[in-house]
Amino acid sequence: MSQFDLMRTPPETAAMITPLLDVRGLSIALPPGADRPLAVDNLTFTLNPDEILCVVGESGSGKSMTAHAMMGLLPAPHVRVAGGSLLFKGKDVLAMPEAEQRSLRGGRIAMVFQEPMTALNPLMRVGRQIGESLREHTALPAPARRARVVELLDQVGLPNPAELAEAYPFRLSGGQRQRVMIAMALACQPDILIADEPTTALDVTTQKQILDLIRSIQAERHMGMMFITHDFGVVAEIAHRVAVMRHGKLVEYGAASDVLNRPQHAYTRQLIASVPHYIEHRDDHAKAGAPLLVADKVRKVFHVGGGLFKKSKEVVAGDDLSLTIHPGETVGLVGESGSGKSTLGRSIVGLIKPDSGRILFEGTDLLALDRKGFRPYRRAVQMVFQDPYASLNPRHRVGDIVAQGPVAFGEDRTRALTRARELLALVGLDGSAADRFPHEFSGGQRQRIGIARALAMEPKLLVADEPVSALDVSVQGQVLELLDDIRRRLNLAMLFITHDLRVAAQVCDTIAVMRRGRIVEMGTAREVFTHPRDAYTRSLLDAIPGKSWHIPDDLQKVKTGSGLAGAH
Amino acid sequence: MMNSDFWRAFVRNKGAVLGLVILIAIVVLAVFASVFFPGDPWEMATAPFQPPLSEDALLGSDMLGRDIASGIAHGARVSLLIGLTSTAAALAIGVTLGALAGFHGGKVDDAIMRFTELFQTIPNFVLAVVLVAIFTPSLTTIVAAIAIVSWPPLARLSRAEFLSLRSREFVQAAITTGQSNGTIILRQILPNSLSPIIVSASLMVATAILLESSLSFLGLGDPNAMSWGYMIGAARTVIRQAWWMSVFPGLAIVLTVLALNLVGEGLNDALNPKLARSRG
Repeated sequence: MSQFDLMRTPPETAAMITPLLDVRGLSIALPPGADRPLAVDNLTFTLNPDEILCVVGESGSGKSMTAHAMMGLLPAPHVRVAGGSLLFKGKDVLAMPEAEQRSLRGGRIAMVFQEPMTALNPLMRVGRQIGESLREHTALPAPARRARVVELLDQVGLPNPAELAEAYPFRLSGGQRQRVMIAMALACQPDILIADEPTTALDVTTQKQILDLIRSIQAERHMGMMFITHDFGVVAEIAHRVAVMRHGKLVEYGAASDVLNRPQHAYTRQLIASVPHYIEHRDDHAKAGAPLLVADKVRKVFHVGGGLFKKSKEVVAGDDLSLTIHPGETVGLVGESGSGKSTLGRSIVGLIKPDSGRILFEGTDLLALDRKGFRPYRRAVQMVFQDPYASLNPRHRVGDIVAQGPVAFGEDRTRALTRARELLALVGLDGSAADRFPHEFSGGQRQRIGIARALAMEPKLLVADEPVSALDVSVQGQVLELLDDIRRRLNLAMLFITHDLRVAAQVCDTIAVMRRGRIVEMGTAREVFTHPRDAYTRSLLDAIPGKSWHIPDDLQKVKTGSGLAGAH
Repeated sequence: MMNSDFWRAFVRNKGAVLGLVILIAIVVLAVFASVFFPGDPWEMATAPFQPPLSEDALLGSDMLGRDIASGIAHGARVSLLIGLTSTAAALAIGVTLGALAGFHGGKVDDAIMRFTELFQTIPNFVLAVVLVAIFTPSLTTIVAAIAIVSWPPLARLSRAEFLSLRSREFVQAAITTGQSNGTIILRQILPNSLSPIIVSASLMVATAILLESSLSFLGLGDPNAMSWGYMIGAARTVIRQAWWMSVFPGLAIVLTVLALNLVGEGLNDALNPKLARSRG
């Protein structure tokens, strides 16, 4: 708590020092035919030494474009700087000759990218990749460079740095790769570090470690840091100052404590209001009657690789998985990537055949049924998929997509289409949506279509596999509300699979925490969040970014007031 | 809406437009061959060994006094007919096998792919020659032979498309909503995998025309159908005395194949817009 409060004040008074980076009226033009003429519109902000500036915005807000403009990474000639200046220590970067700009980038200004899996060259040893920028920007001889690389790897907290320098990227985990990326960025002791969503692709516990690392390195070296993110939890964790962007414009800019606790602009308020918060869990679910679904010691092993003469490798995706879902109950399956949570979800809807165990639906073992016997249960168990862009057939009209399931079960086509329109209305889409194609809809709208498709089958159990993780936070809130609303109205049971504990807290009655193919803890949301028994659950809860920040009270009211009011 | 986009992308490729114009001209020539050149192209029309631009024979005549221009027009029919039908047959075999292999995976995939590889290990042309020679040359056997040697690449292509589309979420959604395998293959996956298949099919028409010409050149063409390959084959012994007998049918082949390749490339640009853009 105390550390959190300390961070709210920038270390020095801004007026006294020249800013490291001074962005004045920056505009970036998009090619004609794009959805708006300017990706970034008249953007002005400063970055001081020894300060973390968080640039926050949803997808398409222009936050990454700004960083790319600084690093000369704009896809010229289609996208170009249309006006304004970028002053680095008082000198305009954009007016510098190409060679000078290059020595600045990677030398004085360094960048860490979002995707650690693709940002490293897979054919180059880690040490050499870090050494590259040293060779480019310093006069160090080769042995000194090697020593420096090892030193850097040590500083970013990697074990056995000397050995690791000789490794190829594929041998490292996502978190380790991101550390390597940071070491690479730090190689020339830059004055400014730009980090573009550096933790978005990482699991929550890894994210916490990387955030801690970034914060300590920044403080140690007194760097100016521009941290781009969409997550207000992360902002609360590390920011000194915050810039909120929307549609290429800066809508709010100020000290972190002001923006987080006293947001002024309506958009910032809306964004903060839609941040899922882990405190707000629901009342315990009254488990009535016989369980709807019982998973009993489900085990699934995947065989990876192998061929005619090679033995395949066994990967245990799920082992001894048991859980029960009662009618009307929402069970959250929470875990990090690779924990096997999707495997269990997919086994229940019949997309994966487990190797052993039982899945009882209203007393019938689904795994013992053959294709024909399983068919009636297809209707009863439906799925909402993760990626709204991949889960709708781009060549079919939305009405058809929703109606296809019932038609496959012998319903009259015109009746099914009429019903599809009703369902689209139920999920909050216009009736005319039925005649359009998926590409005409936004991500959130597509996810609504996916929900309508599942509902068309009149299921008793809905398996939602990360239904909101591909959506922006404000849209995320709406879709979660819709799911919750429908669940209550139709008395649906739901298995909600997510990696995000904050989201799980919002919608789930019961939580099962998975790790490495096993359920390590299961209990009511209240128990799991307030008295976690398992050490892993505790570390997960501990890793949630922005725990010590409380969403301003007036904004919490905004949230419960919209649509959910009738429920409580 | 999608159509106008398609045309705009297609028209942007100037070569493709040129190819399409040539192709349309050849199709018109083939369709109206008997209007432009009434009478049998095998019949003697004028004196033998007439050079081009002589009376009665715009492009000259061959050793037996047959009109070269008439032969080319009627030969266009045979070439296009064989090119299209054999490609259609190859598509039917290749896409069906590829779809089944890609959709079912596992043992079905293994079996079908080993079978495909068996065909791929035998040189195309040799197999076609053997097949036509065994079954006596006729339009049907030539079409069949060409189809049999050209389906494997289509099978591999559609298998790859099906494999990647199969794991897409909209296909899994179709499975969970209880749609049958047939519906999923035909309605969900096939329409989404058509673009690359159409592109390679258009290129395959060109290959089929070349194959047919080569067969006819070797004297394995349909003896009743005038064909460009046959004309070149027959004229090769007198190429020094009468260049026009082989050059004009040769040009016809070159133009047709070139046109088909240009159109194929245009289709590729129009149907796979992302690839086209990344190429600059």
